[in-house]
Amino acid sequence: MITKAILKTENLNIGYTSKKSKIDIASNINLELEAGKLITLIGGNGIGKSTLLKTITSIIPALSGEVYLSDNKIATYTPESLAQYLSIVTTEKLPASNLTVSELIALGRHPYTNWIGNLTENDLNHIQNAINITNINHLQFKKYSEISDGQLQKVMIARALAQDTPLIILDEPTTHLDLFHKVAVFKLLKKLANENNKCILFSTHDIDLAIQLSDEMIVMTEEFCIQDQPCNLIEKGVFDSLFKDENIVFDKQYGKFIVK
Amino acid sequence: MSTSDKNNKLYLTLFSVLVLAFICNLAFGNVMIPFSDVCKILATQSHEKSTWLYIVLDYRLPKALVAILTGVGLSISGLIMQTLFRNPLAGPYVLGLSSGASLGVAIVIMGSFLLPSFIADFLVNDYGILFGAFFGSLLVLILVFFVASKLKDTMSILIVGLMFSSLTSAIINVLTTFSSAEKLQKFTFWTLGSLGNLNKNQVALLTIVVLVGLLISFTIIKPLDGLLLGENYARSLGISIKKTRNISILATSILAGTITAFVGPIAFVGLAIPHMSKLIFQTSNHKILFMATLFLGAITMLVCDLISQMPGQSFTIPINAVTSILGAPVVIWLIIRKKGIR
Repeated sequence: MITKAILKTENLNIGYTSKKSKIDIASNINLELEAGKLITLIGGNGIGKSTLLKTITSIIPALSGEVYLSDNKIATYTPESLAQYLSIVTTEKLPASNLTVSELIALGRHPYTNWIGNLTENDLNHIQNAINITNINHLQFKKYSEISDGQLQKVMIARALAQDTPLIILDEPTTHLDLFHKVAVFKLLKKLANENNKCILFSTHDIDLAIQLSDEMIVMTEEFCIQDQPCNLIEKGVFDSLFKDENIVFDKQYGKFIVK
Repeated sequence: MSTSDKNNKLYLTLFSVLVLAFICNLAFGNVMIPFSDVCKILATQSHEKSTWLYIVLDYRLPKALVAILTGVGLSISGLIMQTLFRNPLAGPYVLGLSSGASLGVAIVIMGSFLLPSFIADFLVNDYGILFGAFFGSLLVLILVFFVASKLKDTMSILIVGLMFSSLTSAIINVLTTFSSAEKLQKFTFWTLGSLGNLNKNQVALLTIVVLVGLLISFTIIKPLDGLLLGENYARSLGISIKKTRNISILATSILAGTITAFVGPIAFVGLAIPHMSKLIFQTSNHKILFMATLFLGAITMLVCDLISQMPGQSFTIPINAVTSILGAPVVIWLIIRKKGIR
C-alpha cells in the first residue's frame, strides 16, 4: 500500500468505550493527509471533531478501522518514534509554571535530546528557526503566563514546529482569538504547510476563513465525513447540510454562511 | 547567557551559606565551641579537649549529616510530587506515607497486644520503631501503587493518598484510647521527630538509601520538564506518563518513607523548600530546581536543627515543632502571594 499520504485512515470508526457500553460517535471515516497541505476540519459542536483528532493522534483508541502513519499502522509506533512524526497543539490550559517562552518551545525538542534533556547546537537551531518562522522573537524571554492568548497560540505552534514533525495536528487553534489574530494564525499555518512542506490538520469553527485559506477541508456531519477541496465542496452543496437550521443558509457566490 | 551566570552566582551563594550553616550547626548548642576549634577538629580529628572532640565527632557531626540527608530527601520528593500532581500544595506526604509510618509505629508502641507475642517481643527494642515505620509506609506504598495502576487520572491518586491519611490517623486515634500514658508519651515523642538518635550504622544506611533515592529521582528530570505542559502534551512528546508516575512514586517512597522511619515525620520541609527554590531561581526547569532544592533543603534542615538545639540553653525543642513553626508562615505567605506558587 504505497501512497504519498503521511496519514491515512481506513474505515475508521471513532467513539468511546467504557466497561459496559460503547458510544459510537462517527463511523466509516476515510481520510488522506498529504504533505504541503493545509487541511481544516469543520463540523458542528459535539459532532466528534475532537474525538477524531484524538483518535488519529493515538490519544484514544479507534473502535474499529485503521490509522496509517507513513504506511505503517499507528499502533506499531513507540511513543518516542510517534513524537518524531506527529506534534499536537491542544485547547487544554497549561498548568501554571515559571516557564519562559523559549523554554516552552525548547520542550518540543524532547524526542531528540539525551536522558537529561541537554540541548545540542542542532536543537538550538531548530528552536531559533521555530521562533523566527512564527515571528515571536520579541516574546522569547517572557514567561508564557504573561503573554496574550493570541501570542500564546503562536508560541504553541512554534513548540510544535521545534518538534520537527512532518505532521502537525491542532485542535481549534483560532478559538478565543479576535479576527486579526485568527487571520494571523491561519496565514501562519498556511505558510508552514505550503512553504515548509508540513502537513497541517486543524479543527475550526471559522468556516469562512477555512474556505478561503485551506487547501482541503474535512466536513463532518452526523451522516457523513467528507474530504475535498473547498471549491468542490461548495459545488457539491456539502455546506448546506452542515447545520440543521433553516435560518442558516450557505451563499455559494460569496462562500459564506448567511442568517436569514 | 546571563541567566546561567545569575544561576551560578546563586549556586555559589547557596554553597557558601550551606558551609556556614554546617559549621554553625557543629559549633552551637548546649556547649558552644569556637569556629576555629570546629574546623580544627574536622581537619585533624583531634583536639586537646576530649569533650569537644566527642561532642563534635560523635554527636553533632552525625546529627548534621542526618539533617542534610533529611532536608535533601524530603525536599526533592516534594518537588517531584508538586510537578507530578500539578499541585503547588503537594508534598512528599500526599501519598499517605508518613501516616503509614505513623500507623506502623503506633502499632509497635501502643498496639503490641494486637500482635502475636513472639512478634511483640521481637519489636520491643530500638529497631522496633524503625521496622514499624518502614513497613507502615511500605504497606501504604503498595496500596497506592495498586490503586494507581487502576487509575488513569494522576489527580485521583492525590485524593486516595489523602484518604489513606485520614484512615490511618483514625486508627491511631482508636489505638491511643486504649494505651497507657507511658506508651502514649513514647509515641508522641516519635511524632515530634529527632535527628540525633541514630547510631553510626543507621547514619550510613540512611546515607545509602537517600543517595539511591536521589539517583532514581535524577532519571526523571527530563520527563518532569515535559509534564509542565500537562499530560497530553507530555505524551505527545514521547513521554510515558505511567512510567514517570511509577518512578516518581518509587523515588518519593524510598526517600520519604526511609527518612520518616529514621527521624520521624518532619513537616513542611518537603512542601516549602521546592517553592523557595522556584521563587529564588524564578524557573521551572527541573535541572536547576533539583540543584537549588538540594542546597536549600540541606541549609533549611541545618538551620532548623540549630534552632531546635537552642544555643546556650540547656534544653532542646523538637525538630518537627521548629520546621512547622518556621514552615507554616512560609506556606501561608506563599498562598497569599499566589504569584509565587507555580
